[in-house]
Amino acid sequence: MAKHEVRSPIPGTFYRKPAPDQPVFKEIGDTVAKGDTIGLVEVMKTFHEVKADADGTITGFPIGDAEPVMAGQTIAELD
Amino acid sequence: MPINVISAGIATTIQDMGRPGYYHLGIPMGGAMDRLALRAANLLVGNDEEAAGLESVFVGPELEFTEDATVAVCGAELPPKLDGEPRETWTAFPVKAGQVLSFDFLKSGARAYIAISGGIATPPMLGSRSTYAIGALGGVEGRAVQPGDTLPLGKGSKPVREGLSVPANLRRGPGNPAELRVLPGLYWHRITEQAQKDFFDDTWKVANEADRMGYRFQGGRKLEFVEREQPFGAGADPSNITDACYPYGSVQVPSGTEPIVLHRDAVSGGGYFMIGTVISADMDLIGQLQPHTPTRFVKVDMDTALAARHDRASTINAIREALA
Repeated sequence: MAKHEVRSPIPGTFYRKPAPDQPVFKEIGDTVAKGDTIGLVEVMKTFHEVKADADGTITGFPIGDAEPVMAGQTIAELD
Repeated sequence: MPINVISAGIATTIQDMGRPGYYHLGIPMGGAMDRLALRAANLLVGNDEEAAGLESVFVGPELEFTEDATVAVCGAELPPKLDGEPRETWTAFPVKAGQVLSFDFLKSGARAYIAISGGIATPPMLGSRSTYAIGALGGVEGRAVQPGDTLPLGKGSKPVREGLSVPANLRRGPGNPAELRVLPGLYWHRITEQAQKDFFDDTWKVANEADRMGYRFQGGRKLEFVEREQPFGAGADPSNITDACYPYGSVQVPSGTEPIVLHRDAVSGGGYFMIGTVISADMDLIGQLQPHTPTRFVKVDMDTALAARHDRASTINAIREALA
């Protein structure tokens, strides 16, 4: 199956958890449905959810938690 | 005939050249953060160059047109698409009634200016259509654009040559690292000689707290203050002063750690010392900085600042001539 990349539309700081003391939204190997939240991007004093734009199984997170993200950068890879 | 807003990105606001004249009442001039880009976009579509357009941050809106128009997108490299087909930035293109304008992922810069022939004709407040959401002034009922809004267009734009484009050498944007020229100000003496040097030697980074009111920077060394007994009315922190006016572009550094450059929607006064002021010629560039962009502050004197202002005005004149 072709690989699909979920990309962040906005630059900022990428977070895999909804809050520092909570578990990550998704782990590698999790199945996701289109519309599922994969992470948050913080910019301009607000947090924006980044959602899957396809169904699939997560095979990787090219960006770590709390790392800078550029607009258009891949935040999760799906199979 | 209006434009229908299908989606609005994360922050799309109506902006023109703002409402100067009310800052003493606490109402900032507002208006496009990157004024050169909005002027260029308006000129490309035959509008008065101070007409209202859309300022989109990082993410573009989706707009459905209900009449034929000419559109131009200047500033950030936020690639426009018409019914899914790519269009160029900094270039006028025709749009037919029924077509949908959308945008691809941001490539560089931070704010795209979308000018539409006729200009956006929402009701002006205090002489401007610029959105100042904190004061509920301008924009669409005092707020940013939302899905479901209909944006009225004005009349009276001049006919333009199709495919008209701003020459590449006149498209001004920040470099990497970005360089912002700063004129040291009234409170320069409050920090030590070492801190005065460090501030300009260090490379800072744009923080996530960066919006129309101000841009915060991180990553440089903490500024040390010259010891003094705090004057009457000043707070206890050495970065506090007796309340004073804040100029546009002024650089305050609360507790000496993270500089904040006030921008078009600035607060007009407060109790933090200001190291100096970003010169007017470089204010547009700040509006195009993404979070994490490495940034250097460059110390200049008044002569350099005035020469830079003259250079920027010459660039705008050259754009006018190229598009005439």
